[in-house]
Amino acid sequence: MAREDGAALLEERISEWRAHLDRRQAIRSVDVEELEDHLRAQVETLREAGLDEDEAFLVGVKRMGDLDSLSREFALEYSERLWKQLVVSSGKGETSTGVGRDALVAVGLAIAAAAALKAPALFGLKFAGRDADLSFYRLNLCLLVFPFLAVFFAWKRGLPPWGWGWLAIPFVAAGLIVNLLPFVPEGHTESLAALHLPIALWLTVGIAYVGGQWRSGEGRMNYIRFSGEWFIYYSLIALGGGVLTGFTLFVFRAIGVNMEPIAENWIIPCGAAGAVLIGAWLVESKQSVIENMAPVLTLLFTPLFALLLLVFLGTMLWTGNPIEVEREVLIGFDLLLALVLGLLLYAISARDPLQPPGWFDVLQVVLVVSALLVDAFALWAILARINEYGFTPNRTAALGENLILLVNLGWSAVLYTKFLMRRSRFVTLERWQTGYVPVYFVWAWVVVGLFPVLFGFR
Amino acid sequence: MEIGKDLVAASATPLVLAILGEGESWGYAIIKRVGELSGGEIEWTDGMLYPLLHRLERNEWVEAKWGKSETGRKRKYYRLTDQGLEELANHKRQWEVVDSALRDVWMSALDPAPRPA
Repeated sequence: MAREDGAALLEERISEWRAHLDRRQAIRSVDVEELEDHLRAQVETLREAGLDEDEAFLVGVKRMGDLDSLSREFALEYSERLWKQLVVSSGKGETSTGVGRDALVAVGLAIAAAAALKAPALFGLKFAGRDADLSFYRLNLCLLVFPFLAVFFAWKRGLPPWGWGWLAIPFVAAGLIVNLLPFVPEGHTESLAALHLPIALWLTVGIAYVGGQWRSGEGRMNYIRFSGEWFIYYSLIALGGGVLTGFTLFVFRAIGVNMEPIAENWIIPCGAAGAVLIGAWLVESKQSVIENMAPVLTLLFTPLFALLLLVFLGTMLWTGNPIEVEREVLIGFDLLLALVLGLLLYAISARDPLQPPGWFDVLQVVLVVSALLVDAFALWAILARINEYGFTPNRTAALGENLILLVNLGWSAVLYTKFLMRRSRFVTLERWQTGYVPVYFVWAWVVVGLFPVLFGFR
Repeated sequence: MEIGKDLVAASATPLVLAILGEGESWGYAIIKRVGELSGGEIEWTDGMLYPLLHRLERNEWVEAKWGKSETGRKRKYYRLTDQGLEELANHKRQWEVVDSALRDVWMSALDPAPRPA
């Protein structure tokens, strides 16, 4: 065997061995590095003694001991590692200073976001109560909070000054749109803008998240992962916040003090705003430490939703009952499609693209196809009567969204089926999904910015 | 001759402490030193040294720092702390007691001379 060949083979073997070690939960990557250094030194000594790379590697690995007992030994020493630690700063460790600074910035921005949310109150805009300015807060809620999230990521990713400038444009534009356009109070276009602005701004924050590299598919996929984890963290923090608020009310009521106004005007809004930042920071610093939850939930609910949809389709065909076209029906089916898309996305985000198709992939296709069928029935029923109803802003938005999701899921089903038949690679599906993100972005901004003008602000 | 598992395990901590007492060292060198000292009789499964070293580190008997090897690879070096030195002395006393007890009893047990009644 030629010398270079031997060396290359050795490198390959060592990296395979490393990969095996990396999979052990009890052995951290710094430990793997230490063990690798040992193995390499051992191999070198054996090579000097006249063994070839192959033999030296085998002997070295054998001496190192089998991986099971090694990782058991590490697990005994570090039982806490099997419970991946949820609290971020453990006091020491190589990244603690970075984590500490991140924490400071995140907490600072969380306080700033809470302050920003309370700032309009200085001008007499009430957040809660009977005479609250709901209309203002509905439109401006995320505008007061999300910029801080964008700042956090722009800072963390070290965006250049012009990047900050570009990033500011959509936020300023959104502020002008929702506050200067003459919306009919409580009108359809106003509600639509209030519903779609969070999506538009969230996707804008994504540009900061990927450090301005918004063209990168991998970056987009990371932002999708981040969003799922953030949502879970936020829900958990909200649960805790609810308990805290409940106890606040309870203990003060015991001494005859009514804390409700404080809770409504301070604890809840400030907590909700701050939690956006804290949740984001936790996901950022935890991304490698704890198992991602969104894919786990996906794994759990994909079969259940697939079953639900199949049973629903079966029942509908069996009973012959048509879908009743009521006002909310289209929005309901939009949400269904969005949910199926979410399940698909998070399954994709956690999947090793190189793995061959398995039963879970078949299940995904079943889920997507049955969702498409259900939606087709719903659309059929609605389109048949659309003339009767006319194109109101709500219906146009719901129909547009349905179309967007339908196209996405339809093509996903095709790509997924191709993959199952091994006529296409999984990456194609992943690329289709990440490539589609700008469609949501554009659509959300169209609903926020163009719909009011198109429909006369009603 | 094969040294029993329990004895290897029991002697591992004092051996590592003592070798680090000779000066700063790192994993592979410690294993080699153990081989030299025992004339190749004490053989460890190499990997097992590391959980042990990390335990010593957690007990603050040794401290570790990352450095570079001669070839520029990342390498973790260990050295004895003052506490470790005390611990080493402690181990030494214990082993001396065991050793002298064994010596005495071996003298009489394995001695060809008739045993005392």
